[in-house]
Amino acid sequence: MAATDTLTPDASALRLALTQVDPARRRKDRVMRGLIYAAFVLAMIPLVSLVWSVLANGLGRFDLYFLTHSMRNVYGGMDAGGVYHALLGTILITGLAALISVPIGILTAVYLVEYGSGALARSVTFFVDVMTGIPSIVAGLFAFSLFYLVAGPDSRSGFVGAVALSVLMIPIVIRSTEEMLRLVPNELREASLALGVPKWLTIIRVVLRTAVAGITTGVMIAIARVIGETAPLLITVGATDSINRDPFEGNMMTLPVYVYRQYAAGLVPCTPGDAACIPTINYDRAWSAALVLIILVMLLNLVARGVSRWFAPKTRA
Amino acid sequence: MTPPVTPVRTPRRRSRPADRGLDRSFRYVAVGSGMLILATLASVAIFLIIEAMPALTHPDLASEIPWIPKDGTLWSVVGPLIFGTILAAIVSLVVAVPIAVGIALFISHYAPRRMANALGYVVDLLAAIPSVVFGLWGVMVLAPKVQPVWQFLVDYLGWIPLFAGDAHGNASNPPRVLMTTSIVLAVMILPIITAVSREVFLQTPRLHEEAALALGATRWELIRMAVLPFGRSGVTSAAMLGLGRALGETMAVLMILSPGLLYSFKLLVASQQQTIAANIAARFNDANDIGRSTLIATGLALFVITLLVNLAARAIIARRKDFSGAN
Repeated sequence: MAATDTLTPDASALRLALTQVDPARRRKDRVMRGLIYAAFVLAMIPLVSLVWSVLANGLGRFDLYFLTHSMRNVYGGMDAGGVYHALLGTILITGLAALISVPIGILTAVYLVEYGSGALARSVTFFVDVMTGIPSIVAGLFAFSLFYLVAGPDSRSGFVGAVALSVLMIPIVIRSTEEMLRLVPNELREASLALGVPKWLTIIRVVLRTAVAGITTGVMIAIARVIGETAPLLITVGATDSINRDPFEGNMMTLPVYVYRQYAAGLVPCTPGDAACIPTINYDRAWSAALVLIILVMLLNLVARGVSRWFAPKTRA
Repeated sequence: MTPPVTPVRTPRRRSRPADRGLDRSFRYVAVGSGMLILATLASVAIFLIIEAMPALTHPDLASEIPWIPKDGTLWSVVGPLIFGTILAAIVSLVVAVPIAVGIALFISHYAPRRMANALGYVVDLLAAIPSVVFGLWGVMVLAPKVQPVWQFLVDYLGWIPLFAGDAHGNASNPPRVLMTTSIVLAVMILPIITAVSREVFLQTPRLHEEAALALGATRWELIRMAVLPFGRSGVTSAAMLGLGRALGETMAVLMILSPGLLYSFKLLVASQQQTIAANIAARFNDANDIGRSTLIATGLALFVITLLVNLAARAIIARRKDFSGAN
């Protein structure tokens, strides 16, 4: 009895000490929690503001007319002009870049995962890392210099831009494909080889087949990453107001460059009383083109996620 | 006496010469594309050097190129450009790193698990937005909003050299200044720093965290004692990767910053600094041969700087053998 009597105050004090935190420490905990929540909210502000301003400013001109007309013979504050030539250019140039990068990227990843060992594989891994960090404008300078030396001045064309974009795209494709190939279980390879299937056929029919959903996702995300690149296209492809369907000849317009050029054109000095003249027309077109660009990027990202979700190999029974 | 067993020889499929040939050629193609990567990178360096040569060896560059000051050399423009590039990148890094670490901690240790995935996706969305859209937003939406803030900084913190005002003691209006640019750059590099930091924070050994909690640590003390020490090198390399991004970013700078070629620390005054990338984008299309060569020479400098920064980041990542999710 006496023992419990003496213990009780101790026990409650102990319970108090164990369940309650020293006020100073608790205060610090609360402050830091507040700061971390604040950091998160702070980062959401630009995202929300950006999406909101692109929607609010871009929806006004975003219609079928805008998507199906070029800027040919559009001048001053005319209520006309569209993004068709830029959309076409972006699709052609990015498509070409994907055509160059995807085979090289996938084959390099196959090399790294299936064949690679020793100094060559190590240096390829290392330089792929280095390539990831190349600034986009340097990739543009490289493509320009390459074609300037090979084809002389006036070598500006969509294809040069596609080469510049490939330099940026290849490392992304390699990285994601490599990751996917490493996820393919070794048992599959061994089973195939044990059945007497040659290695090249094993890689194509078993390894790549298993990883195809992940690879497709990686490729689409890589495309989404380079489709918004502006700087390299600005110096390799230039700009034009007309439709150019030939990526091997002459300047081409692309969506990001279109956004930049419309912004750079600035306000139109209208004569007062001229109702047909819209002073902010260039900015409006820039916002609408930005909306088109963002929709493209988001579509690519969504489809990429859908592909990886719906076509992933079912590993669990 | 058992007769000697003669092994049954069935023709093995892989020994067919056609297969061997295909096998070999497939391997050559794969190895070849691996080598193509090395060749590409080498040719990037080689072609840039070839094209930069005329400018590097030109005796009197200032007489040919209008934007080089009188009697100036190549270095008299490359120097300020490198300075401006690094200043813009570092200011954006100072803004971005604490916020990115905060978001990463929020996602890894504060938000409910299901919410955390969605939040990670939202942050990744930031990375998907093209830089030219960031530039447009920065100059049309952000700039008018921050001008009063910059004026406030000049008025009350103007004694700090970074926040010094112009000759009239004002922040420039419109605020096409380095500070505005760096804020936009910070938003652009947030996702990569957040993604890498989050990965490392999530890899904190469970036992460390439980040990800290068992000792009665609060959530913050848990982070302070278990998570941050574990993630320090990861955050450092994430910051370096972000720095590499910020150094090479073109469009946001080109659209927002009013350029100048000074060694100036004034973040809130226009026409003080310019970055290499934006300078190239602004002048390349109108340049003649020697002008282009000069710009390519500055591009070479940018290439080398980003290379060094990225190598440092990779070296830090490589030192942590257990951590490989970075990119």
